[in-house]
Amino acid sequence: MLSAPDKKQLITRLKKDILQWEGYKAPAAGTNQTAGLGAIEAAFPNGVFPLGAVHELVCANTGQATACGGFVSGLLSVLMQNGGACLWIGLSGNVFPAALKAFGLEPDRVIFVNLGKDKDVLWVMEEALKCTGLAAVVGELRELDFKQSRRLQLAVEQSHVTGFVLRNRSDKMGSTACAARWQIKPLPSEAVDGLPGLGFARWKVELLRVRNGQPGNWVVEWSPAGFSVIGKAMAAPQQLMIG
Amino acid sequence: MQKRFMSIWFRHLTTDWLSLRRPELKDVPFVFATPERNRIIITAANPLAEAQGIHRGMAAADAKALTTNLQVLDHIPGKEAKLLRQLGLWCIRYTPVVAVDLPGGLILDISGCAHLWGGEREYLKEIVNKLRTSGYDARAAIADTIGTAWAVARYGKTTPIIQSGQQAQALLNLPPVALRLEPIILEKLQKLGFVTIKSFIQLPRTVLRRRFGEGFLSRLAQALGVEDEFITPLVPPVPYTERLPCLEPIRTVPGIEIAIQKLLEALCLRLQSEGKGLRKAVLKCYRVDGKMVQAGISTNRGSHSVSHLLKLFQLQIGKIEPALGIELFLLEAPKVEDVDALQEKLWAGKPGLADTALAELLDRIAGKVGPERIRRYLPAEHYWPERSIRPAISLHEIPETKWQPGTRRPLRLLRRPEPVEVMALLPDHPPKVFTYKGRRHVVAKADGPERIEREWWRDKGEHRDYYAVEDSDGQRYWLFRSGHYDAAPQWYLHGFFA
Repeated sequence: MLSAPDKKQLITRLKKDILQWEGYKAPAAGTNQTAGLGAIEAAFPNGVFPLGAVHELVCANTGQATACGGFVSGLLSVLMQNGGACLWIGLSGNVFPAALKAFGLEPDRVIFVNLGKDKDVLWVMEEALKCTGLAAVVGELRELDFKQSRRLQLAVEQSHVTGFVLRNRSDKMGSTACAARWQIKPLPSEAVDGLPGLGFARWKVELLRVRNGQPGNWVVEWSPAGFSVIGKAMAAPQQLMIG
Repeated sequence: MQKRFMSIWFRHLTTDWLSLRRPELKDVPFVFATPERNRIIITAANPLAEAQGIHRGMAAADAKALTTNLQVLDHIPGKEAKLLRQLGLWCIRYTPVVAVDLPGGLILDISGCAHLWGGEREYLKEIVNKLRTSGYDARAAIADTIGTAWAVARYGKTTPIIQSGQQAQALLNLPPVALRLEPIILEKLQKLGFVTIKSFIQLPRTVLRRRFGEGFLSRLAQALGVEDEFITPLVPPVPYTERLPCLEPIRTVPGIEIAIQKLLEALCLRLQSEGKGLRKAVLKCYRVDGKMVQAGISTNRGSHSVSHLLKLFQLQIGKIEPALGIELFLLEAPKVEDVDALQEKLWAGKPGLADTALAELLDRIAGKVGPERIRRYLPAEHYWPERSIRPAISLHEIPETKWQPGTRRPLRLLRRPEPVEVMALLPDHPPKVFTYKGRRHVVAKADGPERIEREWWRDKGEHRDYYAVEDSDGQRYWLFRSGHYDAAPQWYLHGFFA
């Protein structure tokens, strides 16, 4: 019979082995690959934010959709910092480029594609995710089923482009092949230095599902310096099994 | 075979062209002039101005003193060469070898061409008449050598056609300037009293060489036909077109694909060798029933890649209706541009807007959903939110001004501001409560107002006072009041902050 610490050690080692068999490589020593998310990155396998994967963001209303846009823009600023370009495929077409500057990215390097149908968005998104010349692709969709998400995931595996899917319809939530499912909700801002008025944008970031990782939720604030995690909001929601 | 040359001289080339473009100038004396050493010098004068004694090289001020209604227009650099090139290309219908002869002339190598028009006289008449009826004052002459034809076209007084071997006689009575000599030599000749060519043509060559140099003798020899002279003929541009006739009418998608691929391979080979890239291409399919269907593609940047262009055409194949079959494919490239030679990369460059893969992706998207759906925005120098961005014209365009990082702008901006019901505690205070789409929002925090004035030189209306507000749920909005508070202003919601 093994002692408790030994058991724990064995389980960690086995977990690491499984990750390696599944294709998750630990980052090479010395590389500083980060998405600027701080403590949240620890929730992912090996503690690395998965780039070259498709992330799914669920938005229930306009407020959440805007918060998702802000969160994604913050991530894009890291992905595009070495001069890359990004494609933003929208259904609404109401993203205001001038506002993106506040999230630290050059708005003229974002190419917007305004479409009316989910079918077109998926076609364009799949083509774009295959294109190695892009840093990231953002697609706004109504719904995403497993088959469609699998296609996007396959496209990404070749090109290592990061994809973000903003889903508007949150009532039907089937399982998808995306690396992570997020929900971003706006939170009241805190006053900066005790001054009246609005503070920095603050969100409740919920990581609903993550492949081989630990779901959780955090309070995150965006300031011109980047993301800062204020703290864990609540206990993690009940863990969902990923098929 | 004896060579025969024709020289055409346009006496008023640029002024004739302008009279054709602007008929109102037909009855007005006008000149082209350009500043030269602090003076305005005339470069060309129309026949009416010349009749008043105005000639090229004169100061514009002197010319204005001669006539009352002289119009002085800016000289257009390079226009003469451009016009001559166009006229030269037109002349290719008379002979395959045409060269531009600046200033103001064309040289045609007409050896073996004139008999098709019934002799040299008819040939010359035909060309000169055609040019004169189209509005260009032209003179022409035919001779064995370029030099003689040139001289007779400009200074000849008797016949424009110099029979073979008669160059010397034709030149005798002409002034030395007819030999295309440099101004310094002309001046010397004038000082020495040589008024016509016959006064010095008999002098020993050694004497002439010593006094006027080798260039002078060479010009004389060229005119007499002792020395050969060469011209650089104009090469008309060949249109970028490929044809593919089919033995059997083609009706299937794979068949059409093979046809497109073959056409593209031929076209791209040519484009590549000339360093060009295709921007627009049209595929015309001539059907057995006599009708023609066509499909077009366009690219963001010049491309001569067969695989990429084929992919773009594959998106269009569905629009080609073969009916009973297609018997002839015609691929045209109406728009091409120079492309930089691609260098094989040792390391993949950083991805960016200049990336070829990205340009190709955008071409495919444009082919599928339409180019009007793809937009990239650049900052515009306006504060009015709707006008603070403008669509970029091309993928290469870089912003002229910087994006404004300091101003707080909503991530999602409504295309049209939506009216809201608002309650504010005091005039000019931010709202306390507002109702948007039937829902009541209690404002917890607010910033503002930020007043944005309407651009009065563009449109009339009220200014806007913007407030950034946060409701009790934490959602942030951009509201504005249109106009001042006094006359029951209307409030609008214009955007959502992240």
